[in-house]
Amino acid sequence: MTGPHRLPAGGRIDRSRTLAFRFDGRRYTGHPGDTLASALLANGVRLFARSFKYHRPRGVMAAGAEEPNALVLLEPGPFAEPNLRATEIELYDGLTAESVNRWPSLRFDLGAATGLMSGLFVAGFYYKTFMWPPSWWNRIYAPAIRRMAGLARAPREPDPEVYEHRHAHCDILVVGGGPAGIAAAHAAAAAGARVMLADERPRPGGSLPDGPERVGGEDGAAWAGRMLAGTSALLLPRTTAFGYYDHNFVALAERLTEGLSPSERAGRPRQRIWHVRARRVVLATGAHERPLVFPGNDLPGVMLARSVTAYIHRYGVLPGNRAVFLANDDSVYAAAREFARHGGEVAAVVDLRVDGTADADGLPVLRGAVPLRTLGRRAVTGIEIESEGAARRIACDLVAMGGGWNPAVHLFSQSRGMLRWDDQLQTFVPGRSAQAERSVGAAAGRFDLEGCIAEGAETGAAFARELGFDAPAPSALPERPHRPAPAQTAPPAGRGKAFVDFQNDVTAADVALARREGMHSVEHLKRWTTLGMATDQGKTSNINGLALMAAGLGVPPAEVGHTTFRPPYTPVPFGALAGRNIAALADPVRRTPMQDWQEANGAVFEPVGQWLRARYYPRDGETMREAVARECRAVREAAGILDASTLGKIDIRGPDAAEFLNRIYTNGWKTLAVGRCRYGLMLGEDGMVFDDGVTTRTGEHRYLMTTTSGNAAAVLDWLEEWLQTEWPELRVYCTSVTEQWGTITVSGPQARALLEPLVEDIDLDPAAFPFLSMREGRIDGVPGRIFRIAFTGELSYEVNLPWRRAAPVWAKLVEAGAVPYGTEAMHVLRAEKGFIVVGHETDGTVTPVDLGMERMLSSRKDFIGRRSLARPDSQRADRKQLVGLLPEDASEVLQEGAQIVETPGATPPVPMLGHVTSSYWSPVMGRGFALALVRGGRARHGDRVWASATTGESRVRIVDPVFYDPEGARLDG
Amino acid sequence: MARYSILSLARNALTGHRDWPELWRSPEPKPAYDVVIVGGGGHGLATAYYLAKEHGVTDVAVVEKGWLAGGNIARNTTIIRSNYLWDESAAIYEHGLKLWEGLSRELNFNVMLRQRGVMNLAHTEHDVRESIRRVNANRLNGVDAEWLDAEGVKAFCPTISISPDVRYPVLGATLQRRGGVARHDAVAWGYARGADARGVDIVQHCEVTGIRQVRGRVTGVETSRGFIGARKVALVAAGHSSVLAEMAGLRLPVESHPLQAMVSEPLKPVLDCVVMSNAVHVYISQSDKGELVLGAGIDSFNSYGQRGGLHVLEDQLAALMQLFPAFSRARLLRSWGGIVDVCPDASPIVSKTPVEGLYINCGWGTGGFKATPSSGWTFAHTIARDEPHKLNAPFALDRFTSGALIDEHGAAAVAH
Amino acid sequence: MMRIECPWCGGRDETEFHYGGEAHIARPEDPDALSDEAWADYLFMRANPRGVHAERWMHAQGCRQWFNVLRHTASHEVVAVYPMGAPRPDHPETAA
Repeated sequence: MTGPHRLPAGGRIDRSRTLAFRFDGRRYTGHPGDTLASALLANGVRLFARSFKYHRPRGVMAAGAEEPNALVLLEPGPFAEPNLRATEIELYDGLTAESVNRWPSLRFDLGAATGLMSGLFVAGFYYKTFMWPPSWWNRIYAPAIRRMAGLARAPREPDPEVYEHRHAHCDILVVGGGPAGIAAAHAAAAAGARVMLADERPRPGGSLPDGPERVGGEDGAAWAGRMLAGTSALLLPRTTAFGYYDHNFVALAERLTEGLSPSERAGRPRQRIWHVRARRVVLATGAHERPLVFPGNDLPGVMLARSVTAYIHRYGVLPGNRAVFLANDDSVYAAAREFARHGGEVAAVVDLRVDGTADADGLPVLRGAVPLRTLGRRAVTGIEIESEGAARRIACDLVAMGGGWNPAVHLFSQSRGMLRWDDQLQTFVPGRSAQAERSVGAAAGRFDLEGCIAEGAETGAAFARELGFDAPAPSALPERPHRPAPAQTAPPAGRGKAFVDFQNDVTAADVALARREGMHSVEHLKRWTTLGMATDQGKTSNINGLALMAAGLGVPPAEVGHTTFRPPYTPVPFGALAGRNIAALADPVRRTPMQDWQEANGAVFEPVGQWLRARYYPRDGETMREAVARECRAVREAAGILDASTLGKIDIRGPDAAEFLNRIYTNGWKTLAVGRCRYGLMLGEDGMVFDDGVTTRTGEHRYLMTTTSGNAAAVLDWLEEWLQTEWPELRVYCTSVTEQWGTITVSGPQARALLEPLVEDIDLDPAAFPFLSMREGRIDGVPGRIFRIAFTGELSYEVNLPWRRAAPVWAKLVEAGAVPYGTEAMHVLRAEKGFIVVGHETDGTVTPVDLGMERMLSSRKDFIGRRSLARPDSQRADRKQLVGLLPEDASEVLQEGAQIVETPGATPPVPMLGHVTSSYWSPVMGRGFALALVRGGRARHGDRVWASATTGESRVRIVDPVFYDPEGARLDG
Repeated sequence: MARYSILSLARNALTGHRDWPELWRSPEPKPAYDVVIVGGGGHGLATAYYLAKEHGVTDVAVVEKGWLAGGNIARNTTIIRSNYLWDESAAIYEHGLKLWEGLSRELNFNVMLRQRGVMNLAHTEHDVRESIRRVNANRLNGVDAEWLDAEGVKAFCPTISISPDVRYPVLGATLQRRGGVARHDAVAWGYARGADARGVDIVQHCEVTGIRQVRGRVTGVETSRGFIGARKVALVAAGHSSVLAEMAGLRLPVESHPLQAMVSEPLKPVLDCVVMSNAVHVYISQSDKGELVLGAGIDSFNSYGQRGGLHVLEDQLAALMQLFPAFSRARLLRSWGGIVDVCPDASPIVSKTPVEGLYINCGWGTGGFKATPSSGWTFAHTIARDEPHKLNAPFALDRFTSGALIDEHGAAAVAH
Repeated sequence: MMRIECPWCGGRDETEFHYGGEAHIARPEDPDALSDEAWADYLFMRANPRGVHAERWMHAQGCRQWFNVLRHTASHEVVAVYPMGAPRPDHPETAA
């Protein structure tokens, strides 16, 4: 037998197999079907944990997701899972767990010293102290507080497991596989609806396997299995519906490796997040039993009454030998009877209600009695109660309490349903719905088994009918049986700490203190005391807390209200929510046709939008600066090739295309001849530069627009937005063709010579093929296009080829002597020419005028952003304007992002004139140079100012931003 | 006001903590006040406190439609920093940071400011350039700022991954050592207690339903508890600013959006600083209680619903996995949403309005928490003197007409 | 996550769409004729109501068409979907 508390028979465990496991280093055994909690209880373990604040000894209180105390760290190393509830961990062979938040050990925890100071450490104490001396706060007090905080150690190693996401649609999603949920799923599926049933436990049945209940003479669990076996409903066990969002979107977490050891899990995803869009949702989420608030109610050995029954029936474990049952609800009597029936001794049933009428079935009952305190140091040895005006002590090793039931309204409330206070049940129940859902069974405050099943079936059928399926007409639901109301939660009568929130150590006295200090709102109560903010999110504590506040204020609990129920219902691993979109898959990589060649030839890449672009191509032993200088020289002196495939390309066609471009671009487009290209500047409606690029008229009613690499998608969206929303009368169609054309820029004095052998039917002679024009023809036998546009200032041909045919041409050009150059050399070359790059010289606050591009602004038409250029701020004379900078020390390359100031060494705040937008070493000038935006800069050419950088201050001269070939003599080679 | 200290705490412990006074009164509203502040959040309470303390204006009511400090001050990620790009922003946020640094003593209420350092990560060459630009600007503005390369990032925050094998590796970060976090509710409670002690009436559960004007001059507010007269009315209601402004016939350049945040279960200390990344869209710190606190960008659509979509959280957790792969097995405990009011330039409005006696403070977007002290301080000045302080003069409504925007998108669009 | 009815493709998850802000803000015919204030009104001022909001969406991961939606900004209920250029439909205000 696995432990002294294991019953000789019974339980839904596999007694034929024994599993070995370790808790805090000690070896124990259990059976398949056990949880860690049930196996430890069977072994007589009572001390599971220490509480958050006072480090009080804690045992296991519940048998499910509501457990507040028994948190453990499961497994060491990379498979570690912090803060798991022992009541939900399915046992497997070799399981290793340890208790949390104690030092050096669970039994001897030095943190318990805080308990001695608990007179000081009341709710909100930290707001009132640690302020003197001020310097101690950051050095001493705060780090000490921080060390005390937290439960389990954080995982330190990368997660070896994977997670996946799945989308699903269904007619009806049923949450909860108890009697009501099963009946709903069965009825809806029988009518032909697509049904999903999510249940958080390993096997369906809800509360049925927890107790002796039978359905029409049939064993409850057997009934559950039979009902589901006969339906088309998709049953998802070990699946928690954790969030209910807008428009009937419900998120589920399915645990796929529960009960498997790390070595058995290999190859399986650990969890699957389901994104379910359901036409209707049935919430059959059951209810949680309420603890009672009385002094010492947190001692190990104090449990919820129905949980005691669950340990007996599900796991064959009798959690104590001699028990006192504290009843505030008739269901506790059944728990006491089950305890006695399985060999336990019921010392007394203490009924808090004076008017209780439940059948004691021969058990000793004390009516109208109240618990005063538990006895015992690390575990319960007895209880002191007050009965008929006298205090008396009863020896016991188990106190089983039942304060009534709280429907699990979490998902209902997340769906924005309005809760209603129910005086009969002394708790909140679902009221008005906000979405297409219905709560049934215990979740709706209904506790008779027959009624729950009938209500579930009726709701499943009714929803199916609403969705057009043929389901039987409703039958009358059985009357709800009379149920005596629980006594109202009253402030505890005895002395000592009476816990409301067990995990966060919030006591009834803390609630009273919060009230005295003016924290009357239930949200203030929560925030002042941390009530309900522990890892159980107040499943067992919230109702008691607000009832105590209401009692203290002398108002009905409904008036105090409840805090917001927030997803997730139970904690979900970050990794599961992240899914597969992590590490290298965080964002797709778009690849150019030349990327294989570039990778094979040692290119260094940089991310640009979703692309990776070759930044430079270092040869043996070259530094970046050496490689870039070599590439630049090649372009200025011979010829280089650049992979420009990433530039956005948009095919714009239609009879109104020219008019459209006229409105989008700042300059005029109506006179552009077929086969000619023009540079265009695009503004936002706020007048600030948004994008730039060259657009070519490729036909009578057809244009090819190029955009910056990073902005391609945004520009297409921009064009479409104006076309569809503002100018639907324009007959224009836009199509992205970025990935139809691979682009190779051949640039340099020898560009023509290099390209000529590959071109069959295009005359590359600049006289026949002038700058800013386009020719179509065959390149290396493939139909393509060549554009005479130049970002380097040298003779350049931009070759467009069908995507898959570009790489061979690239290779041939390299073979013919072209030097591949990357984005860094491209930047140096364009900056030498004073050409801007959107995102370097612009940041969303720069107008064309600031850039010295007034000539790009047509005065004969309106265009997007034009009116904004006339606003007072756009007209200021002292706006920051594009200039060139030359460091006085020619060998220096200024820091990009350096700020421009008048004088060095000033005391902050120092007025700033602008900043360095681009800065490079120029091989052709043999010196460093930069572009910058400087206040009133165009009028300051020749002035000396300072560049202030993290690396120091440098004296610089303001110059014209065109450094190289200002006449454009080199354009034609 | 009962003074808080370790001595008063010990004294009260002896009497079972039965004698602590309420932090603030719950008065019935008077028929009229000099100033009615609409909105009992952090900014409104700070405004009331500084009106009383700095300007001697104590005939003040703060009216709040729900519970005190229940808006964005109750649901933010508590980050404090002042390392903004533009001079105007740096000035107002740095003034705020200096107020923060003395706030616990000023209020005799421990707001638990922890200056553990804020890192803003750079993942691309563009990020690097813009980050260095901001560091240089910060230093010249007297705001502490450092640039760290990837190794420096790792040294400052050993938990972070600087592996190059992710989609957007960490290339470096800016660091503001004086940045950090504070206990968000405490700030509002401290201001409320301080304002109350100086005579300010804090009226909860009092919803403003109209703003009364006579000949272009404000005369008071209609509320769910009757008309309250006022010589001056100050609107400071974050996400609900447009609704209130509309009552006065004003349109604002503001849109309200959901902003979500979340925490993990409490863990032992593992992350000492604040880490923010614009490029991969996430920011994270660890609270004194041990929870990992995360946030990211807004949901795209207009909303007053205090909730957003799960996909926004999933995206930011995927981003987090790039930076902190070890946190994959930490678990989400709680997620929630607030309503943020966003201006086109991602900068706030602290301003007079075209209606005489009506003032507005809004548009703090995702960055309002850190601004609580300076927002209240400058707004109080604006109300008391009927003219802006030089710190908030650039943040006037008329900038949207002149075009003199303070565009912090580049430096602060996503992460606050 | 909301579900939005694309007039061309049917109901799809919000993540397939791009949000375009307030609808029915027409670009002025003659911007030059506007005062700075009127231009600022067009550029920046928004209704931003708590209640039914006329707004634009685009089915970015589908047909890429823009359309208008009436949606309640507190309940997120989609009240109507209608084409670009069509006037805002009449409808009773829905409750929050």
